[in-house]
Amino acid sequence: MRYARRALIVAWKDLVVERRSKETLNALLFFSLALLFVFQFTLGPDRERLAAVLPGVLWLGFILSGVLGLGRTFLVERDNDCWEALLLAPGDKSAVYVGKLAASLALMLVVEAIVLALFTLFFNVDLGPALPGLALVIVLGTLGIAAVGALFAAMTAQVRTRELLFPVLLLPVLVPVLLGTVKATEALLLREPLASVAHWWQLLVAADVVYVVAGLLTFDVLLEG
Amino acid sequence: MVKVLGWLAVVGIAAGLTMGSAVAPREVTQGNVQRIMYLHVPAVWVAYLAFIVGFVASVVYLARRRDTADRLAHAACEVGTVFLGVNIATGAIWGKPTWGTWWTWDARLTSVAVVFVMFLAYLLLRQAVEDPERGARYAAVLGIVAALNIPLVHFSVYWWRTLHQPPSLLKPGTSAMPPSILAALLINFAALALLGAYFIARRARVLAAEAEALA
Repeated sequence: MRYARRALIVAWKDLVVERRSKETLNALLFFSLALLFVFQFTLGPDRERLAAVLPGVLWLGFILSGVLGLGRTFLVERDNDCWEALLLAPGDKSAVYVGKLAASLALMLVVEAIVLALFTLFFNVDLGPALPGLALVIVLGTLGIAAVGALFAAMTAQVRTRELLFPVLLLPVLVPVLLGTVKATEALLLREPLASVAHWWQLLVAADVVYVVAGLLTFDVLLEG
Repeated sequence: MVKVLGWLAVVGIAAGLTMGSAVAPREVTQGNVQRIMYLHVPAVWVAYLAFIVGFVASVVYLARRRDTADRLAHAACEVGTVFLGVNIATGAIWGKPTWGTWWTWDARLTSVAVVFVMFLAYLLLRQAVEDPERGARYAAVLGIVAALNIPLVHFSVYWWRTLHQPPSLLKPGTSAMPPSILAALLINFAALALLGAYFIARRARVLAAEAEALA
């Protein structure tokens, strides 16, 4: 079986499980909605202040729902000896990582699209022409978050204190991604041209490449159990 | 061998203290406060050297699966974190009289703080995994990711905000430092590097003894 096909099977399996149970998706949507209220209550009704912190708040929402969702990436494999089945799967184990990454990325992007729509609705923001650029930033940023997240989720799945450990490991590593996405989002919402934030694009792409390559190279070590 | 390293570190620190507190001239504007630099700057160099050692040891562990490589990685990352903590603490003490604040979200302060937290998380992971063999594998992966992340953290935080004076060494053009200050800095660096190496060797030994006692 080809590498891409094996990765696709893992991703497909995860997405089918998610579609049937809707465990993570439902929880993440409600969590994001609750976050929206929390942001509104803590920041107050001042429109100007809200507009100034919107990029940071938006990515805070993405990261927090990512922490919740990504931490569960490998939990489903712990039941019914699924982990052993993954270990026994033929060929390069990094295909499993690619599949897990793709499924998490798809799930996160769905959640983020809905959260973004809710943000524009509740905070009365006009995204308009910024949307294509913003979509690109979100894809690049989410890829970085999911690449590290899938790796660390495999790392913490077998650890007793995983709910505590996962965010503690993930958040400091994601600082470059968070800075890059927030700065780029800020510039896009101010209607600045894409070229003015070129160094942030480059940083995000570099971070994505580093994280994905690191994940591909080290994943089989984590899958051993 | 390890003992020799320890005594060399003692001699180096004595020489470094003499150079830093007596031989190097008093800084014109800051006065004696500036002498904390002889601990502040070498500490961060030694910390990053230790993280490089930790990274290489982690890669070697994953390739060869030797326990010695794992213990070296563990010890190096732990000692590196301690030296980075010394760097942050001395920086705060130096910052209060010169900048008027213990802490500011300047680029280099922030990036060092992020790296510090990243390696604290590494030590937490070491603690959290009960099975030693599994813990070694996980920590090696995290050590590699964290080390690869250091340049990304530095660039991103540098672009985010910058106010700190530019790095004192390793910059284009000639160094503006008087030779006696440079000498004091380098001697203190050598002393702290020896001390760091001694700590790492000691710590790796303790880890080996712990593993033996538990086995």
